[in-house]
Amino acid sequence: MTHGDTATATHGTAAPPLLTARDLVKAHGRTEALRGASLGLRAGEILAVTGASGSGKSTLLHCLAGIVRPDAGSVTYGGLRLEELPEKRLSELRRTDFGVVFQFGQLIPELTAVDNVALPLLLAGTTRAEARARAGEWLERFGVRGQEELRPGEMSGGQAQRAALARALVTGPKAVFADEPTGALDSLATEQVMTALAHTARESGTAVLLVTHDAQVAAYADREVRLRDGAVSPLEVTA
Amino acid sequence: MSTRHILLGLLASGPSHGYDLKRRHDERFPQARPLAYGQVYTTLQRLVRDGLAEVDGTASDGGPERTAYRATDEGARELERWAGEIAPPAPFVTNEIFAKVVVSILTGGDAGAYLLAQRAAHMGRMRELTALKTAPGADLTTVLSADYALSHLDADLRWMTTTAARLTTLTTEVRTA
Repeated sequence: MTHGDTATATHGTAAPPLLTARDLVKAHGRTEALRGASLGLRAGEILAVTGASGSGKSTLLHCLAGIVRPDAGSVTYGGLRLEELPEKRLSELRRTDFGVVFQFGQLIPELTAVDNVALPLLLAGTTRAEARARAGEWLERFGVRGQEELRPGEMSGGQAQRAALARALVTGPKAVFADEPTGALDSLATEQVMTALAHTARESGTAVLLVTHDAQVAAYADREVRLRDGAVSPLEVTA
Repeated sequence: MSTRHILLGLLASGPSHGYDLKRRHDERFPQARPLAYGQVYTTLQRLVRDGLAEVDGTASDGGPERTAYRATDEGARELERWAGEIAPPAPFVTNEIFAKVVVSILTGGDAGAYLLAQRAAHMGRMRELTALKTAPGADLTTVLSADYALSHLDADLRWMTTTAARLTTLTTEVRTA
C-alpha cells in the first residue's frame, strides 16, 4: 500500500472502523478510569490518544487491545465483541491480530534481539529458522542492524524500543497498540522510533493506536483523540 | 532576524549576486519566510554603503545584467562579531493567544472553546511539519528547521493546556481586577 492509498483510507469516512469502542466504563477499585469513552480506530490509520495523567488513556488502550475487560460498554473488532470472548479466544486474537508495545519495551532480557522478535512467530508455529530469518528482516526495517545477537541490556533504549516494535509487527497484525512507546527516550531516539513506526505501519497498512502525553509524538499520527476524565469530548477530536 | 548578517554569511563563501543569494537563503532556511528580491537588493546596497560589502563585478551571461557582491574585511569582522553575540533570551514574548484569552474573558466569550480550537490548529500544523521532516529524502536542514518550529508550537500547547486548566481562577482574577 502506498502512502497515498493509506491517506485515502485513513481520511475517507466510508470505511467502517476496524475497532470500535462504545461507552466504555472501567474502574480500578474506587477510581473510575473510563466513564463512557467511545472511539473508532480505522484500518491503516495512526490514531493518537492524548490527555493528562490519569485521564484514562492507558486503560482505554488495555480495553481496546483485549488486555482488560471493561465493566460496561463494548469493544467490537471484525464482528466480534471482545468483552464477551472467552479468555482463550481473546489471547489467540491478541497473538494473531494485535501487537502491543509499552513504555519499556518488555523484551525478554535473556533472549537476543532477533530471538525476542522471532518469539511471536515461534508461538504461532513457524519453524525456528524461518522465524529468525523473518525477525532479522523486521529488525532491519526498523534500522536495528548489527544488533541482532545483542540482549536488551546491551542495546540503547532507542534500539531496544525499535526491537520491541519489530516484535509487535512481525506477525503482520491488523492493529498495534503502543502505550507511551517513547516515554523513556530522549528526543533523538524518540524521533528515530516514531519515524520507524510511522513508516512501517503505513507501508504495511497496520493501524496504530498511540497513547502519548507528548504533542510532538502525537503529531506523527493522522488524527488525535483527547481524553479528559475518562471520556472523549466530541469537541476534542481533531482530524 | 538580521537579514544583513545572513546575506553577509552567504557571501562568506565567495562573491554572489542578488538572485543567487535569495535562492540560497530560501534553501538554507526552508521554514523561514522567503526573502523578497527587493529586500535582498536593498540590503545589499546598505551593506555597500556601510562598507561591509562591495561590488565584485557585473556579468550578463546573455541575460539581464547582474551585479555580483563580495564581503569586505570589515564585513567579515562584523559577521564574526554578530555570529558570536548571544541572542537575548526574549524577555517579553508577544503572546497573541494569551491576549485573546484575556479579551475573551473580558467580553464574556468562551475562552475554553477558543483554546481547544487553537490547540487543534497547532496540532494540525505540527502534523504538517512532522510529515515534512519525515518525508523520504528530507535533508537535515529541513529536519532541523521543522524541529525548531515543532518545539515552539509544543511550548505553546503546554502553555495552553496549563491555562485551560486554570481558566476558572483566571476568569475571577481578570473580572475582579
